[in-house]
Amino acid sequence: MDYSQFGAMLPELIILGLFLIVFLFDTFSGDGAKRFLTPLTTVLFLLATIAIWIIPGCDESVFGGMYIDDNACKAMKAILNVGVFLVFLQSAKWVESDEIAIRKGEFYELILVTLFGMYLMISARHFLLFIIGLESASLPLAALVAFNKKHYESHEAAIKYILTAVFSSAILLMGLSFVYAFSGGSLYFDDIRANVVNGQGSGLLIVALAFVLAGMGFKLSLVPFHLWTADVYQGAPTAITSYLSVISKGAAAYAFFIIFVQAFGPLFADMWEWMMYAVIIATITVGNLFAIRQRNMKRFMAFSSISQAGYVMLGVMAGGIGLASMMFYVFIYIVSNLCAFAVIQTIEMNTGKVSMDDYQGLHKTNPKLSFAMTLAMFSLAGIPPFAGFFSKILMFTAVTSTGSMALYMLVLIALINTIISLYYYLLVVKAMWITPGDAKIEAFKTNKCEKVGLCLCVLGIVFAGLVPYIYDYCVAAVLG
Amino acid sequence: MFGNILIWFVIVPILMMAGLACCGNSNMKAIRGVMVAGSTVLLAMAIWLVVDFLAQRAGGNTAEMLYTGSWLWYAPLNIHLAVGVDGISVMMLLLSAIIVFAGTFASWKIDPLPMNFFLWFCLLSTGVFGFFISIDMFTMFMFYEVALIPMYLLIGVWGTGRKEYSAMKLTLMLMGGSAFLMLGLLGIFWHSAPEGGQLTWNILEISHNASIDPSWQRMLFCFTFVGFGVLGAMFPFHTWSPDGHACAPTAVSMLHAGVLMKLGGYGCFRIAIFLCPQGANELAWIFIILTGISVVYGAFSACVQTDLKYINAYSSVSHCGMVLFAILMLNTTAMTGGILQMLSHGLMTALFFALIGMIYGRTHTRDIREMGGLMKIMPYLGVCYMIAGFASLGLPGMSGFVAEMTIFFGAFEHSDLFHRCFVIAATCSIVITAVYILRVVGKLILGPVHDEHHLSLTDATWWERLSTVTLIACLAGIGFFPNWINEIIRNSFAPIISAIQTAI
Repeated sequence: MDYSQFGAMLPELIILGLFLIVFLFDTFSGDGAKRFLTPLTTVLFLLATIAIWIIPGCDESVFGGMYIDDNACKAMKAILNVGVFLVFLQSAKWVESDEIAIRKGEFYELILVTLFGMYLMISARHFLLFIIGLESASLPLAALVAFNKKHYESHEAAIKYILTAVFSSAILLMGLSFVYAFSGGSLYFDDIRANVVNGQGSGLLIVALAFVLAGMGFKLSLVPFHLWTADVYQGAPTAITSYLSVISKGAAAYAFFIIFVQAFGPLFADMWEWMMYAVIIATITVGNLFAIRQRNMKRFMAFSSISQAGYVMLGVMAGGIGLASMMFYVFIYIVSNLCAFAVIQTIEMNTGKVSMDDYQGLHKTNPKLSFAMTLAMFSLAGIPPFAGFFSKILMFTAVTSTGSMALYMLVLIALINTIISLYYYLLVVKAMWITPGDAKIEAFKTNKCEKVGLCLCVLGIVFAGLVPYIYDYCVAAVLG
Repeated sequence: MFGNILIWFVIVPILMMAGLACCGNSNMKAIRGVMVAGSTVLLAMAIWLVVDFLAQRAGGNTAEMLYTGSWLWYAPLNIHLAVGVDGISVMMLLLSAIIVFAGTFASWKIDPLPMNFFLWFCLLSTGVFGFFISIDMFTMFMFYEVALIPMYLLIGVWGTGRKEYSAMKLTLMLMGGSAFLMLGLLGIFWHSAPEGGQLTWNILEISHNASIDPSWQRMLFCFTFVGFGVLGAMFPFHTWSPDGHACAPTAVSMLHAGVLMKLGGYGCFRIAIFLCPQGANELAWIFIILTGISVVYGAFSACVQTDLKYINAYSSVSHCGMVLFAILMLNTTAMTGGILQMLSHGLMTALFFALIGMIYGRTHTRDIREMGGLMKIMPYLGVCYMIAGFASLGLPGMSGFVAEMTIFFGAFEHSDLFHRCFVIAATCSIVITAVYILRVVGKLILGPVHDEHHLSLTDATWWERLSTVTLIACLAGIGFFPNWINEIIRNSFAPIISAIQTAI
């Protein structure tokens, strides 16, 4: 075996190295040195993020075509890394709290392992490697969801999460075994692409595609496979919820694109285009309609994230430029959503309140937090000049590029849904600024790390759209 | 990029926002300082622009747009930050600058959170100015939405009455309109060049290419016209306007009715009709019916209202309907009238809302049944109200007369029965306007004093006088010297009219 092939897996090696450092430091350091764990991990992770952002991808596939780290994959990994870095910053205070402090090493280790799994999902070009990545991305997440040992909800959420994760993997594997029948005995994406046309029109292949779609749909919480989302988001510790809602979703969306467009691309018009229409429309609409009624902020963000996943999926309909738009969308979604979650988390940490009704009059006691939250809501709703506007509009532009009337109608439905989403995002703004009455949350000081994280998110919201650097980065990575 | 004067219309409000953010909420003096300085600079720039524009035209510069500049923004989709103005946009910039200036003084004593109020106010102005200078559809749409969203907080936080309901209704309806608009713009973009050509968002290039085929034009015209028409208070999408205006704080009502509703008319003109001329030719009749209903229905509704702001809001529906009605006549005379009506209505309605805000600030009621004889109590405000009223009902010497006469002359150039019927119906609205204006003037200004407590109220303060005098001077200016404006906007219709004629 040619070991130099591992050289092509640079991002994975970096994350693995980081994991080993954190693990060894956590295991062998004394109690005095433990307090350096958080800053050490955060700083090293920042360096890793910068490294992955700037090193060029490698166009050659290795391990017999199982793995590739081309520019697009590498750019996606870099984008996810930015999100994980923000999550680290925002959870710096949480990991030092009494209940968690003793296990903070595990928090970082498990996150790094899941990130490693997501890297494999992104780069895999063979279903075996993909499944390995998928499992190592989702099983440790269940442990993370259960991280609040003493909270009943946390356990419930973890059980729900692991059952859904395993169940969806089973469905996915079932679908893949059907695909195997048509692909000439191979699970390479390229082989499937070459041979799958043979099965065109076969009922078994339709079932196979539906199973693969369903399996992936669970990970992305697409409707009708979304039922676990709200409970898990609500029960999990907020740091984990924010990680689940952006990073894990972003990786799954990219993998979804690669699997469907690369492996099943030839069947698009005949077999899975209409499945996508149905799933996207249902996801956006159902997510929106259910979000309207939520009062718990974490459940609210759960339904909002379901609806946003529908917008991310629009990229699948548009080929190369769609992939670039999808990556850009994920980046903007990461900064906007993490901004919202940072506010939710810091309020929950300091006052224990997570209900939208408690946010009433927040601008009187915590004007900066309510300002950040307002920007996050505007960005999620797609209001210019904030970044969310650009990600939505550039996505819609990409989707209409093929000129088919059906896609125009799909975009129209998505546009109308942005109005519904604007309504419930404005409900949060209304609670903070307009609803009369005394503030229910007293003034408090936000921890420094959280402040830095929040500032980075706000900067991202304001400038990531106005300055086209990120979009150009994504387009250059995808289209060369 | 910064050498182009048009860019500074966007940069100045942004600088004002930065300045305000440094002030904090308690330092009222500094906030006013920033606002007065900024809005004066904007007004000065707008006046300079008008003078220089006229000088350039007199110097023989016949380009379609002047002060053009284009900077690549999103390269993969060929999105530019492209700016340029013709006579119409120059006048719109001047109008916006005047109203921002007057609005600053009209909200001299805003409370609570004055810094936040002006912050959103400046964001709104950024959107308005940006919209009028853009000639790239993408940037235009972006600024359009930038101008819409601050309304939610401005009405919700600083408004009166059923503000939460009105703010949400206004925002959702206008954003709903922009959803249709966005789809229309996407369609235009993907058909903006002939097969194999470089696609573009630039309005001038799209109209030169003229490559959108008729079946698409019909659809895209409807999408974009409805999208902008919602903001132009076109029936049946006008219901946000009375509620929104009635609940908004004074300066916001002024800016919204005075400028923001013009965004709708301007957009219909600049995008819907200019880029889809054939669609406009074939389908204008649908919208003539709708806007005709707006004109008459708005005027009738104003007759039965008792809240001063509702009266004025329905009157805005009627007058803005007239703007769209004029533009849909698709000839130079009527369109000139439409632009004049935009300017006239912008100034007049801003004056109305400023006066209503001032009266409300003293009497704490806007119900005309509870007030009377204001002439005896606050003669200055009373006289101003009458002047605004006369401008509204089209008294010669005021701007309304010039605008409406031009519109009806232009509309009568169409000799078929359909157009005649609607023109006659629209003309009737002048009479109805006179009814509701004179009713208010008689009851509110001239009648007997209704409430003894009102006798102790004071007349206008200096900042209120400054705000109203500016607006009245401009109203009379248009009324007495309409030719001067005609001079500026005259050349701007040639491209659009020739596009329409080619399409026939």
